[in-house]
Amino acid sequence: MKTRIIALLIVLAGVYTGYFVYSSEVNLDSSFPFQYGLDLDGGTHLTYSADTSSILDSEVSNAMESLRQTIERRVNLFGVSEPIVQTEIGSIFGDGESDNRLIVELPGITDVTEAIDLIGKTPLLEFRIARSDAEAIAQIQEISLIEDKTEVAKKVSELYVPTGLTGGDLKRASLIFDNLTQEPQINIEFNSEGTKLFSEITRDNVGNVLAIFLDGQIISAPVIRQEIVGGNAQISGQFDLEEARDLVRDLNFGALPLPIHLIETQTIGASLGKATLESGVKALIAAFSIIFLFLIVWYRLPGLIASVSLLMYIVLMLAIFKLIPVVLTSSGLAGFILSLGMAVDANILIFERMKEEISKGNTLRNSIEEGFNRAWLSIRDGNLSSIISAVILFWLSGTSLVKGFALVFGVGVLVSMVTAVIISRTFLLAFSNDRSEGFLVKLFGTGFFKLKK
Amino acid sequence: MWITIHRKIFYTISMILVIASIVLIGVFGLKFGIDFTGGSILEFTYSSDVLEKSQVESILSNYDLGEYQLKETGRTGYILKTKTISDDVKNSMESELSVNGNNPLTIDRFNTVGPTLGDELKIKTVVALIVLSLIIIVFIAYTFRGVSTPVSSWKYGFVAIIALVHDIIIAIGFFGLLGHMFGTEINTLFVTALLVILGYSINDTIVILDRVRENLKDKSDSYREKNFTEIVGKSLRETMARSINTSLTTLLALLALYFIGAESTKDFALALIAGVFVGAYSSIFIAAPLLVSFKKGN
Repeated sequence: MKTRIIALLIVLAGVYTGYFVYSSEVNLDSSFPFQYGLDLDGGTHLTYSADTSSILDSEVSNAMESLRQTIERRVNLFGVSEPIVQTEIGSIFGDGESDNRLIVELPGITDVTEAIDLIGKTPLLEFRIARSDAEAIAQIQEISLIEDKTEVAKKVSELYVPTGLTGGDLKRASLIFDNLTQEPQINIEFNSEGTKLFSEITRDNVGNVLAIFLDGQIISAPVIRQEIVGGNAQISGQFDLEEARDLVRDLNFGALPLPIHLIETQTIGASLGKATLESGVKALIAAFSIIFLFLIVWYRLPGLIASVSLLMYIVLMLAIFKLIPVVLTSSGLAGFILSLGMAVDANILIFERMKEEISKGNTLRNSIEEGFNRAWLSIRDGNLSSIISAVILFWLSGTSLVKGFALVFGVGVLVSMVTAVIISRTFLLAFSNDRSEGFLVKLFGTGFFKLKK
Repeated sequence: MWITIHRKIFYTISMILVIASIVLIGVFGLKFGIDFTGGSILEFTYSSDVLEKSQVESILSNYDLGEYQLKETGRTGYILKTKTISDDVKNSMESELSVNGNNPLTIDRFNTVGPTLGDELKIKTVVALIVLSLIIIVFIAYTFRGVSTPVSSWKYGFVAIIALVHDIIIAIGFFGLLGHMFGTEINTLFVTALLVILGYSINDTIVILDRVRENLKDKSDSYREKNFTEIVGKSLRETMARSINTSLTTLLALLALYFIGAESTKDFALALIAGVFVGAYSSIFIAAPLLVSFKKGN
């Protein structure tokens, strides 16, 4: 009797979960919608590599974090819904060099040029000290002979050494006008760290040139007259009003602390994404129906029970996708469909053991209990090995494609183990009692063979 | 049991398949996708007037693309695979392909992968396969520590790994053949498929080994009275229905994914179908019989 009440409660919980999944999908204002990855929804995925060669190893993670925040601010400014900006270390085992990366995902934006502009336009502001060694002086003469402008810019930048002070140390930039000439100037306020660095640089280099570089181009090269402690600096280039205004905006919203370059782009159009999602869902329904049919034809009543518990497995997984939330991708859907096939395994293991016990002449109830107990070790060890591979996949993979698959697959195996052991078992026991013989036992048989009794 | 008795036949079949796969990979090589080699992929669809393939090719000849591949998708679109092209090149190509907007087209996909990412993926794949194999061998040796006679528990892990390497090599060989015949490429999802095959193959083998363990522990049926060959045979017979049914349901799910699922996961499903099939075979016909062969005196 007790198991029947529990079975009923499980059914109710399953129906409720199903209702939750359904209602939160129909109701557009729901706080738990499915979240689709770019390959299902359309959008742009960009991977940047950051050049960390100019800073100390110990500062890399801080610099990357401030790079991430800067880009995130910039992306948010353009009103993209739910963008993802994250850092990643792409290490190649063995050669000791790690590549610091920035990943930007922009749902809904399918115009790569627009997306790259959105991020790439951001200026890189650097303060550099002029070199005064003989080699540098020789180089100045060389430069005057070069005609190619980008080549000149490159050579000029080699004349100055980075000080470590960058746009990342900025607190605020504002537009001011020179008292005498009324020319637009940019006033820079450093944050506390920047102030300290700025005063140190100006103290140690009095009489030297402190050049201001914007995206590798020199824009201003004032001479340091004295130590500046207040944390304020003025840039007076030859700006017109509009240039100065844009520069102030860009400095405030996104002066990049590190130079970055694009190494990977992925764009999926919205229509292709929709088609991918549709075929994924169709495959899921087809896979479930075929398995359902197979189980009922082959295992009769237990097969039906397994199908119900499989249905609850699906509902539970969908609810988990919504609650965690798991971002669904085409590879995640594939992992889900595969886990469906494997979720059946635990049920099959149990049923086969159960049949053996029935053949030995045990009562139905004992056979069910024994079947579960004996199958448990195989289920545990088998599923553990699957979970281990999911964890390693998740841990070692760099791409969101593989991560999405590993997450869904791992969670799927775990949940399937629970549903098979708890839900299938309770249902089976609810259908049996000690007196149940004859007809009921037949229902527990295999489709094509008679059970030896 | 006929499987354990005639095990040499199955060893021979597997040896032939494994050697054939290695020769195939050696002779034809593997066809790597842009995930591995770096490059660009551009997929576009015309909304009304579709340019002929030759027209598209003549437009593409204006660009320095090196060796490229152009494939039709359905009747209205094309997939172009080339070396890495910049965003500017793509934009100018797009406007030429749309005849300056007179033949409107939509870009369904534009992916560009730098070559460093590709190298990283190759190394990561190999590392993942090796790390996972080592962890699994330790895991099995640990779970089977209770049964170290007549075969050491490490050997249980070892036969599982042999079955696994067998499955992986044949799956790669199968894709080498597909690559040679139909141009099927090896991409990130194929790597994922390999790792899943690995997990699945182990899972399948463990269930059979588990039964051997249980039968060995069964005092009334101890190996002292029955010989080890018979116990393994008995375990195989008892798990046969489960092995077949589980593989069958998994295969059915994968067939649904292959025939109905998204275009992007088709090759993935195919790799898994091959892997699950070979995995089920190797668990029954290779792993368990090997256990018999590994027993001293056999």
